[in-house]
Amino acid sequence: MIRDRYFPNLVLTTHEGRRVRFYDDLIKDRIVTINFMYTQCEDGRCPLTMANLVRVQKLLKDRVGRDIFMYSFTLTPDHDTPSVLKKYATAYGVGPGWTFLTGKPGDMERLRRKLGFAWANPIKDAKKASHTGNLRYGNEPLQLWSACPAMSRPEWIVESMSWLEGPKVDRAS
Amino acid sequence: MLILRGNTLAEIARRNRQEIIKAGLSRRDLFKLGLITSGGYLVAKKGLSARASYADDNETCSSPPTRAFIELLPTPRDGTMPIQTPVTLNPTPTAAPNTAAGEGRTIAHQAFTTFPPKKFYGVTQKAGQVSVSPDLPLQTLWGYAVGTPSMNNPISVPGPLYVARYGEPILVRNFNQLPTNNGGFGKPSVTTHLHNGHTPSESDGNPIDFFEIGHFYDQHYPNVLAGFSTQPFAPTGDINEAMSTLWYHDHRVDFTSQNVYKGLAGFYLLFDQFDTGDEGTGFHLPSFPKFDIPMMFADKCFDRRTGLLFFDLFNLDGILGDKFTVNGKIQPVLHVSPRRYRFRWLDAGPSRFYQFFLTDLNHLSAHNLFWQISTGGNLLPKPIQVESIRLSVAERADVIVDFAPFAGRTLYIENRLQQTDGRGAMDHVILGAGRGNLVLQIVVDGPTVADNSVNPATGPQFYSLPSTSVTDPTVKPRVKRTFVFSDSDGGWQINERFFDGNHPRFTVQENSAEQWTLINDGGDWEHPIHIHLEEFQTLSINGRPPAASPLVTIGRQDVLRLEADAQATLFIRFRDFQGKYPMHCHNTIHEDHAMMLRFDVGPLGDTKQSP
Repeated sequence: MIRDRYFPNLVLTTHEGRRVRFYDDLIKDRIVTINFMYTQCEDGRCPLTMANLVRVQKLLKDRVGRDIFMYSFTLTPDHDTPSVLKKYATAYGVGPGWTFLTGKPGDMERLRRKLGFAWANPIKDAKKASHTGNLRYGNEPLQLWSACPAMSRPEWIVESMSWLEGPKVDRAS
Repeated sequence: MLILRGNTLAEIARRNRQEIIKAGLSRRDLFKLGLITSGGYLVAKKGLSARASYADDNETCSSPPTRAFIELLPTPRDGTMPIQTPVTLNPTPTAAPNTAAGEGRTIAHQAFTTFPPKKFYGVTQKAGQVSVSPDLPLQTLWGYAVGTPSMNNPISVPGPLYVARYGEPILVRNFNQLPTNNGGFGKPSVTTHLHNGHTPSESDGNPIDFFEIGHFYDQHYPNVLAGFSTQPFAPTGDINEAMSTLWYHDHRVDFTSQNVYKGLAGFYLLFDQFDTGDEGTGFHLPSFPKFDIPMMFADKCFDRRTGLLFFDLFNLDGILGDKFTVNGKIQPVLHVSPRRYRFRWLDAGPSRFYQFFLTDLNHLSAHNLFWQISTGGNLLPKPIQVESIRLSVAERADVIVDFAPFAGRTLYIENRLQQTDGRGAMDHVILGAGRGNLVLQIVVDGPTVADNSVNPATGPQFYSLPSTSVTDPTVKPRVKRTFVFSDSDGGWQINERFFDGNHPRFTVQENSAEQWTLINDGGDWEHPIHIHLEEFQTLSINGRPPAASPLVTIGRQDVLRLEADAQATLFIRFRDFQGKYPMHCHNTIHEDHAMMLRFDVGPLGDTKQSP
């Protein structure tokens, strides 16, 4: 039911030019993070958010690409071609296991809404930068989904990610 | 027609949304058509919802039809809301966490020897099959079952009712037997908060004190009046701090909205020598449980195709349902006798604001008055006659309704506050009588019985309000702090920062008083702000003192309804216990998206004014 409602199996292109299916290749059986971005973001918070997520990736070390997959979806697919996204990722020092994705404008818009990067206020919703602050995280097989601000402290984001791994130990506080 | 109206409206709303999306209207176009306000949100017109921008059909709530008013309201009176009963716990509870036996607690009880528990309870969290309506399939919900796992009792939603008394400390051993498979939403890792309890931190159900499947957690509830550890109220505490209607609910960080929506909530009533539960004694309030009925209001959404409970996982604004449950049943019926009753109303969320009226569909122009006796579940100094009560998420109000004038008639508790999306009810539009949501039918067809309860019209006095810096100039707040609640495109912030459970923003000095100003920085949202440990009194809202009419905002509360663009100043004490506590928005979607902070109470406080 979650798959039907939220995860259309759209064809997307990675920053490395690979064609992938959203559900089959990116989400299915994985622990993931999802955020939306665009390389020409004029909002001053966008580069800070990217830098913060790079810190998250560093803290997660080689788990990214092995049992955690990070995905960033562009809000401006017309401009953000695979090569533009690749330059952007390189500029920020993005490591392996973190994939930037683009696709047909209609598909990217559909994906944004399906994944709830959307606001009830249509004026707010029309601002692209308003969709760049949220980091969704989830474990597809366990159906565990939540979100946190992408600008949360990197250590706190990493701790939140640890909650996705199913029953483990109680938290010492 | 009544029954189908909700679904018809949803259908109209859906069509309207599609039209707007297809038309690709600009903001100016919407303005011209009168469909948008200067604040930027869409005006509800013929069911049009502000969720137009969401576009996806499947993200709007359009539950299957259900018949209304055919199932009885579950109540402790009828034995259909179970009441907790003591058990023998093995191994015996200890002050230190019993890690070896599988306890998830990591901090020793701080008041275990001061207030040794006199009664011991078990409660088991697990999945179970529950009916919410005869017209929908059985739902697999998560709930609390009376007793230990081996007692194998069924869950109930709401969970079992605790009947507690001041001066009688209790200990609840809380077992997590939830399944790993969550059926689509919910996190089987839990922490149970006793909402408004004057509770030591380690038993409070702090969002980050969660425990996992197969483990248990001993929660010690001293049931003691605030102020017991310092003069002038030592050693018994201040009777004017007595609380009446509390509730408990899951508080798991980042997953609270899902877990509470899935069923993890229940009532906890506190009685004492004045609020006795016996109308022949004390304040003479209607006797429990015969004439004293708790009501938990929760709106839900059910999948159109499967009829199963649906939670919109990826919603950031707040979630509204189109089915109105009371004590777990969709639009139930309550039969009463023509006499006075005490109802304890609770808005259990996740995001809806209500304004309840008593409606007689045959006399729509009538103003059916009743008596409000509490705000925040804490008795007011005296009853206040009202026509309606507004509640935001987690707020409670106790009311007394006299059904004697309505003998033989049928009334409804009707929500007439219009709300079109999960952000709040910013415009405060009150729908006409009979045009809102009829959430509970009350049939006054019971036998005539004696009524020894106090007549609120005679002006009985309950507890006085404890002093504040306004009522007593010698009472000085140690620190004045300001908190701005804002929206930051992807999470909600307090003072421009997000939640971090590992770092307290500030430390309050134990046994001190503070003055807090809460500011909602915009007109696009409403936030019910909840503070743990002790209730507060509002000193001013938008520059004016709190009111007794038409909406009651005086009294002792633990949730401040921070409406659009509002600013409120509170007086609050932090007494008797130390440790970590949160302040957060109780729109559980906002709470799960970082509108929360941690503060600590310790021997030495700081003086950060904008922490």
